[in-house]
Amino acid sequence: MSETGQSKPKLAVWKFASCDGCQLSLLDCEDEFLAVSEVIEIAHFSEATRRSVPGPYDLSLVEGSITTPADAERIQRVRAESRYLVTIGACATSGGIQALRNSRDVGEMASVVYASPEYLDVLETSTPIASHVSVDFELRGCPVNKHQLLEVILAFLHRRKPNIATHSVCLECKARDSVCVMTAKGIPCLGPVTQAGCGAICPAYNRGCYGCFGPMESPNCAALSAQWKAMGVSDVDIVRAYRSFNGYAEAFRVESERHESI
Amino acid sequence: MHDADSIVVERQDFAGLFEILRSLGYAVVGPTVKDQAIVYDQLSQVDDLPIGWTDEQEAGHYRLRRRNDAALFGYAVGPHSWKKFLHPPRLRLFQAERSEDGAMVFKQEPVEAPKYAFLGVRSCEAHAIAIQDRVFLEGAVADPTYRERRIGALLIAVNCGFPSSTCFCHSMKTGPGISQNTKVDIELTELLDDEGHRFVFQARSQKGQTIVDRLPARRTTRGDLDAAEALVAEATETMTRELNAEGVRDLLYANLEHPRWDEVADRCLTCANCTMVCPTCFCTTVEDVTDITGDHAERWRRWDSCFTLDFSHMPGGSSRQTSKSRYRQWLTHKLATWHDQFGTSGCVGCGRCISWCPVGIDLTEEIQVMGQSTQGVPSS
Repeated sequence: MSETGQSKPKLAVWKFASCDGCQLSLLDCEDEFLAVSEVIEIAHFSEATRRSVPGPYDLSLVEGSITTPADAERIQRVRAESRYLVTIGACATSGGIQALRNSRDVGEMASVVYASPEYLDVLETSTPIASHVSVDFELRGCPVNKHQLLEVILAFLHRRKPNIATHSVCLECKARDSVCVMTAKGIPCLGPVTQAGCGAICPAYNRGCYGCFGPMESPNCAALSAQWKAMGVSDVDIVRAYRSFNGYAEAFRVESERHESI
Repeated sequence: MHDADSIVVERQDFAGLFEILRSLGYAVVGPTVKDQAIVYDQLSQVDDLPIGWTDEQEAGHYRLRRRNDAALFGYAVGPHSWKKFLHPPRLRLFQAERSEDGAMVFKQEPVEAPKYAFLGVRSCEAHAIAIQDRVFLEGAVADPTYRERRIGALLIAVNCGFPSSTCFCHSMKTGPGISQNTKVDIELTELLDDEGHRFVFQARSQKGQTIVDRLPARRTTRGDLDAAEALVAEATETMTRELNAEGVRDLLYANLEHPRWDEVADRCLTCANCTMVCPTCFCTTVEDVTDITGDHAERWRRWDSCFTLDFSHMPGGSSRQTSKSRYRQWLTHKLATWHDQFGTSGCVGCGRCISWCPVGIDLTEEIQVMGQSTQGVPSS
């Protein structure tokens, strides 16, 4: 029995300011997703089906950040209708790439991009869901990892703690036998300050980590930046590295601002 | 080191070792070049070894370099250690099924134990394996996976001729030469001089003897033995880093509140790389997973680290919130409380934690600084 009195728990998937990539990760679960749909009622998921069942919902997955006054109101309604609310992806948990505007003048940027900016009704900032409503669990990633997404849904279903590690990417690199790109190849890597979850994909393909999963549990960005500078990385490039998908996450934001002012 | 019982195998006959090992059912694992580093992986032939390669290491720095000869073992240790074979990074411990009457039925996981021949074990690494033996086999309960893999493993050790600048095994009394009481099955020394490219082999166990007996070989000469001894003596000379192994335990106990811990914490990323590359670090966590129906559950064990917050999570949260407390925990366990717990140091001086720390934190430097500005009188 679900919390809402239905025989199957009801799942809703909501989209705010985002690229839909995290919702696609759910569809990408394919076989597992079909099996999930046998034990969970997919009550609202516009990316997958036009059918929409009214709330309340047992579990809401929320993708995207809050960027408009209308969305700031809509998220309140989603929260009110949801027993559990889980945010999925960098936009929903840290404001996303669109939070780049948070350090700029939105009006000025809109005037450059849009022919008729007067039709826009946007907020000054792009902010994570947790800045507006209480969130039960935040799943990181740009996009989220489908195995982690499934793990969160299963943990909810079976009322257990999700196995989502908050340590650095480095442990995943070592577990898959990758050689450290920073020490052995001199490639700047955000892995030591970034939360695991992707499976350490980029270093396995000779690239430094881009920080898609946001700051790890105890990030020491200043120490990593000092090493990057010793490797010859400029302050401008350090600012760019931190200011991406999770640039508005506290630890990355502070570090990028520190190097901007140098 | 070798004695008069040792034999000499010429370079062109070295491939015979692989054939003998294969015929005895061993999976040969050892050093090979991959991803711009010398790693440990499955080997099928001599050519898989890092022929003519060496490494250049410094704090937070590792680079492959070409040698000007075709040595097979002319480098120091890389990012991998043998623990990944004896103590796998991920392991399923058991499965559980819900039966039709609702009862939980547990299914014991069969112990998978490939029969490994470790080719190219350094003296520091043989000591690291002996340390993990104490942890996994000599406590109240033996770890079944480690035990089976360890019993089946054949250790072919190489006297180390080319330590890196991050090595300090000599001061830890764990190398670079293989001492008589170090547990290995075969000891070998690679010689490359005017007398030719050859290997001094010596059986150090019954298992090793059956293999050495089958190698095409000649008896050693005084010249071979002198050359082998000189190689290790020179390796010892080239080692620049050191750690005062005798006094370090008491030094750390006397300095638990030394201001240096705060300075290290400013640099430490708490990324856990040091513990992952350390050949003796053994800590794990377990994770329970369920399938969609909830009728099937599994428990997995995976490597964890004292640098993660979850590792010390107890009711109320992590007991080591600061990076200072986590670095101090790691270093004091490795060099001090390990003595009290297992009767030896937990450090073998291989230098991996120095080379593979992304920001180059060097434990020998930290200990040296603390020694020069000790806050308390070390007492034992």
